[in-house]
Amino acid sequence: MARFLLGALDRRATPIALVLLVVAVLVPVAHLGLPASHPLHVPTYIVALVGKYLCYALLAVALNLVWGYCGILSLGHGAFFALGGYAMGMYLMRQIGSRGVYGNPTLPDFMVFLNWKSLPWYWHGFDQFWFAALMVLLVPGLLAFVFGWFAFRSRVTGVYLSIITQALTYALLLAFFRNDMGFGGNNGLTDFKDMLGFNIQSSTTRSALFAASAIALALGVLITSAIVRSKFGKVLIAVRDAESRTRFLGYRVEHVKLFAFVVSACMAGVAGALYVPQVGIINPSEFAPANSIEVVIWTAVGGRATLAGPIVGALLVNGMKTWFTGALPEAWLFVLGGLFVAVTLFLPRGIVGTLAHGWNALAERRRAAAAEGGRDPEPKPSDLEPAPAE
Amino acid sequence: MNATNDQLATSLLYLDGVTVSFDGFRALNRLSLVLGKGEMRAIIGPNGAGKTTMMDVITGKTRPDAGDVFFEGAIDLTKHDEAEIAGLGIGRKFQKPTVFESQTVRDNLELALAGDRGIFATLLHRPSAEETSRIEAILETIRLGHLRDRLAGSLSHGQRQWLEIGMLLAQDPKLLLVDEPAAGMTDEETKETAILLKRIAQTHSVVVVEHDMTFVRDLDVKVTVLHEGSVLAEGTLDHVSADPRVIEVYLGR
Repeated sequence: MARFLLGALDRRATPIALVLLVVAVLVPVAHLGLPASHPLHVPTYIVALVGKYLCYALLAVALNLVWGYCGILSLGHGAFFALGGYAMGMYLMRQIGSRGVYGNPTLPDFMVFLNWKSLPWYWHGFDQFWFAALMVLLVPGLLAFVFGWFAFRSRVTGVYLSIITQALTYALLLAFFRNDMGFGGNNGLTDFKDMLGFNIQSSTTRSALFAASAIALALGVLITSAIVRSKFGKVLIAVRDAESRTRFLGYRVEHVKLFAFVVSACMAGVAGALYVPQVGIINPSEFAPANSIEVVIWTAVGGRATLAGPIVGALLVNGMKTWFTGALPEAWLFVLGGLFVAVTLFLPRGIVGTLAHGWNALAERRRAAAAEGGRDPEPKPSDLEPAPAE
Repeated sequence: MNATNDQLATSLLYLDGVTVSFDGFRALNRLSLVLGKGEMRAIIGPNGAGKTTMMDVITGKTRPDAGDVFFEGAIDLTKHDEAEIAGLGIGRKFQKPTVFESQTVRDNLELALAGDRGIFATLLHRPSAEETSRIEAILETIRLGHLRDRLAGSLSHGQRQWLEIGMLLAQDPKLLLVDEPAAGMTDEETKETAILLKRIAQTHSVVVVEHDMTFVRDLDVKVTVLHEGSVLAEGTLDHVSADPRVIEVYLGR
């Protein structure tokens, strides 16, 4: 495993991971170590806001693994994010203990309110952090496995697959809205008090969660890089570009897709689990189909099938969203829609993809020029034409 | 009956009474064909004769409505899917060249190279010296050595056809199915392709589907003529082109 991850360190992944690690250290230091009057002090709301963006970025990285590299356009990745979030939320609920409004030592407030006498079986174990952390990976991973097993084996592809992923997240939205599901219904899970014994509102805890999010994102990038650089990564891209051809080469396309889908779902689950303690609530609206579509926009804007693209896209679009919803709230949805249309029409490779493509083309031209033995480039026809008279 | 069993036992590929219908249209009509081990066979026939459908049946893309398809005398191909059949040792080159356009020529060959196709085997795969030299040898054979780091999408049509043949070689199958390898090629490229295929046929069994008669003549092998989903004639090219039924099918009544 260590060797596998070390294989990820190349000139693309290493700088991203380093930047994220530096951010993971510097932001908490600037938040905790510097007095509020200091010009470089990072205020609490910035730590919370950027921490949230980092979780979104990890979600986009997860989507990029399946969409960018394997061509599976999932319009339901928000479901895996929300399930990871609920698993963490259940742990945080159990930590409240008797400090709830009704003071019940085991039952969360909403269960007391619903007149439930005992904890449902699926809430057991969530008082242990290790168990909840395991479920953060296991629940999204298992759902992705079962869903992917049927979908990929039946060779559901393209727009049909996108539609059923959308249906999946919508079905979960409706299910989690119901009070008798036992997840707090419409209100979801909130009023968290502490995590691993630390007050969830304190600056130290916030800083630690921020650092954890940055490190998780760096790990997500490294895992993606390791996968993409391996021979399996070549198979993944082969499936994206010519699925049937890959099958005739003897690869089990459905297994390839299933593996990528499950890894991606687990990443999305971790993103959700880090997101929930930072925003302090998880409710069924996280399953909203529109959320999953937004993730696709972040990834497209930043550049799919690039390592940095999803991160750049998630930070940029969410930064814009924060600014617009504050300054011009009624304009935001038009901006978002316009952005997606503009990127699709004019920047199909996304920001990072376009930059990388331009850079490669430039390097190629330089190499070609050098290979010509330093001869002057051939004059272009436009240079020979006389300038039109004014 | 005994004769059939002997044929089956010594054959590499054995099709008997294979029928495939699409919406009432019989693409294959009780097609029977036997290919011996190490044999190279050319299959010709007018459009709609069932050539591509036959390939689809052999490679598991299409299931026949009736009939037997056996590989190496014992393996029932109708019970396996595409990936399994590829794993058994049947490689296919498509009519329209399909290469992985966003990957380099070298990577295309590496993907095709025989080896463990499992998830974890590919995740932890390290290219061995043996694999590298095999890829180099194939690049030499298909004359794309100078283009190894170019994206396959930037190759010319003829070069793509060769890359696909190279990918078949990398797969090292027992049987190669080659669908119209000379389509869209210049005369020069067509001649080169015939030489390449004949060289491959020295160590592999090959089935070539082709329209181009000069190409088939260059190959100089036994020819099977398909018409309306079944075999019309079989023999040398001179023999089948003298057959009045073949002339009628090809030249019209």
